[in-house]
Amino acid sequence: MTATLDLAPLLPELLLAAATLGLIVLGAIRERRDGAAIVTPLAVAALVVAAAAALALDKTPTVLLGGHFRFDAFAAILKALVLLATAASLLLIASYQEDERIDRFEFPLLALCSALGMSLMVSAESLLGLYMALELQSLPLYVMAAFQRDQLRSTEAGLKYFVLGALASGMLLYGCSLVYGFTGTLSFARLAEAFGPGAAGGMPIGAVVGLVFVIAGLAFKLAAVPFHMWTPDVYEGAPTSVTAFLAAAPKLAALGLALRVLMGPFADWAAQWQQVIVLVSAASMVLGALAGLVQTNIKRLLAYSGIANVGFALVGVAAGTAEGVEAALVYMLIYLVMTLGTFGIVLTMRRQGTYVETIAELAGLSQRRPLLAAAIAVFMFSLAGIPPLAGFFGKYFVFLAAVKAGLVWLAILGVLASVVAAYYYLRIVKLVYFDPAAEPFDELPAPGLRLVTTLSAAFVLGFVVIPGPVFAAAKLAAAALVPAALGR
Amino acid sequence: MSVELFVFWMLALVAVASAVLVISAKNPVHSVLFLILCFFNAAGLFVLIGAEFLAMVLVVVYVGAVAVLFMFVVMMLDINFVRLREGFLNYLPIGGLVGLVLLAELVLVGASWALKEPAIAAAPATAELDNTRALGRVLYTEHFLVFQIAGFVLLVSIIGAIALTLRERVGVKRQDIARQVHRRPAETLVLERVEPGKGV
Repeated sequence: MTATLDLAPLLPELLLAAATLGLIVLGAIRERRDGAAIVTPLAVAALVVAAAAALALDKTPTVLLGGHFRFDAFAAILKALVLLATAASLLLIASYQEDERIDRFEFPLLALCSALGMSLMVSAESLLGLYMALELQSLPLYVMAAFQRDQLRSTEAGLKYFVLGALASGMLLYGCSLVYGFTGTLSFARLAEAFGPGAAGGMPIGAVVGLVFVIAGLAFKLAAVPFHMWTPDVYEGAPTSVTAFLAAAPKLAALGLALRVLMGPFADWAAQWQQVIVLVSAASMVLGALAGLVQTNIKRLLAYSGIANVGFALVGVAAGTAEGVEAALVYMLIYLVMTLGTFGIVLTMRRQGTYVETIAELAGLSQRRPLLAAAIAVFMFSLAGIPPLAGFFGKYFVFLAAVKAGLVWLAILGVLASVVAAYYYLRIVKLVYFDPAAEPFDELPAPGLRLVTTLSAAFVLGFVVIPGPVFAAAKLAAAALVPAALGR
Repeated sequence: MSVELFVFWMLALVAVASAVLVISAKNPVHSVLFLILCFFNAAGLFVLIGAEFLAMVLVVVYVGAVAVLFMFVVMMLDINFVRLREGFLNYLPIGGLVGLVLLAELVLVGASWALKEPAIAAAPATAELDNTRALGRVLYTEHFLVFQIAGFVLLVSIIGAIALTLRERVGVKRQDIARQVHRRPAETLVLERVEPGKGV
């Protein structure tokens, strides 16, 4: 018997793995001289090439390697986004890393490993593949959070993140084991068969309990209430560069994984998980909006903003329709860009050689740095959901999907929460434009940071003019995900 | 009572009892030793159901590595475990409540398990294939991808451990193999004839 194994759909992962291994050697050789300075650009290049490879591959749905890996349009598009977001984060944070003397070559390597995990996450096609990919994505993030190892805050953040992350992994694994115990299979396709319309007697209660545990584990990775407790502390304690990294690509990957699980094997049992997602989503929106009001540290504020935004994206997931998936993906993409841009600004807040983190430090920025101030205004108005900026459209489409799926109250709650949250976004704009000026920030010679911030601002402003490609991509991804589930 | 049943009860009871002692023992070293006892009994249970590979792995990995690591941590770190346990009982009401809820869930789960057949049965074991060989076959074929990801997770842990703990220290005497090899006896070795009863 000759079996041929076509590994072409695995190309992005193979590229990333090869790049990681090669760069370890290169970094170890060049460490003393210019380890980080040479590894970071190469890592960015590898990520961009892998993203391009994901988009260029043939997108007919294929399941390979023992049913642990699935490649389709959903996987391709999310892979490209996640990898590009990782590359953008690396560019964004290079100057900060250098200033804080944490620009060691291990950092881009950990980022590459995490990106490999994220890329496998959105391709997961079995519970085992899901769990391992999630671990590969999270483990580098724990190390990164503790990367500033001489700072107590950073090590504390790393330890806290690690312990709580281990707890979440435990819950997820426990849920997987229950689902496996009650169905005897790990593969999503066979789980869908077992739970499909043909299955007698409905979903066994043990599997429902397992599903709830799996959702709890995923909610932790998404930082959704009630599994959000780690977020503000880790965001504040970790170096700002790491916070920027944590807030962007991993969130999108976690949402992709949640969609894979919920709209894949459990699609026919939406009634079982919908109530959990609705609850998590509503709680995240409300808590994110209210707790953000009293924050003085901009990183904590962005943590609560992230919690609220995941709540908004989950509104689309809760709808449980192809339209909802599409809206959630568009929302998450827009959030990703806004977050990168906002962190681009936080990473420029350096005064006389030290980085500052309180919101009050932004006062009167418009008088000295009009362009930077304008960028802040764009991102804050967009996060608040003011038309015609991108953030408005993200929110509009998730609420529309929820209303169409009959979740009117959830949409109303979302609108109310976003009105409350608008207060803290607009307060920053008021500080920047109308308050007396503080000391000026240092001029940073940081081309990567400028590039990413400018591109993000351009995206947020230009989305209203050319929204087509984003919606087309989201539609393609959603179409690849949803009929695959509902057709079975 | 058959021999098998007797052995099962013996192993199970000792495992549970030693697990309780792990958390109730005052001396942390005793805790670790009870943990090792618990592992050995669990390994015995695995042997009993014919999973000899898992039993071996449990002993090799958990007893041989993890428990020894715990022992090192307990003995080398200056942690006051008695103080750590102060106020432990304050959490009993809420912890007990959570435990009860979980227990109720598990009972529910167990009850439904007894009633229903699994939707898809696990693959039947074949007689001529032993455990280790069967595991090896699926590990390197069906679960190849997962196995490789596990390898990458280990790689990350190595990079992480180095990134977080390696420090360049000055004034450390390091081994320089090239210098060692290039040394010649004439440079370093002096033969002395020592008279009896005298020093050098």
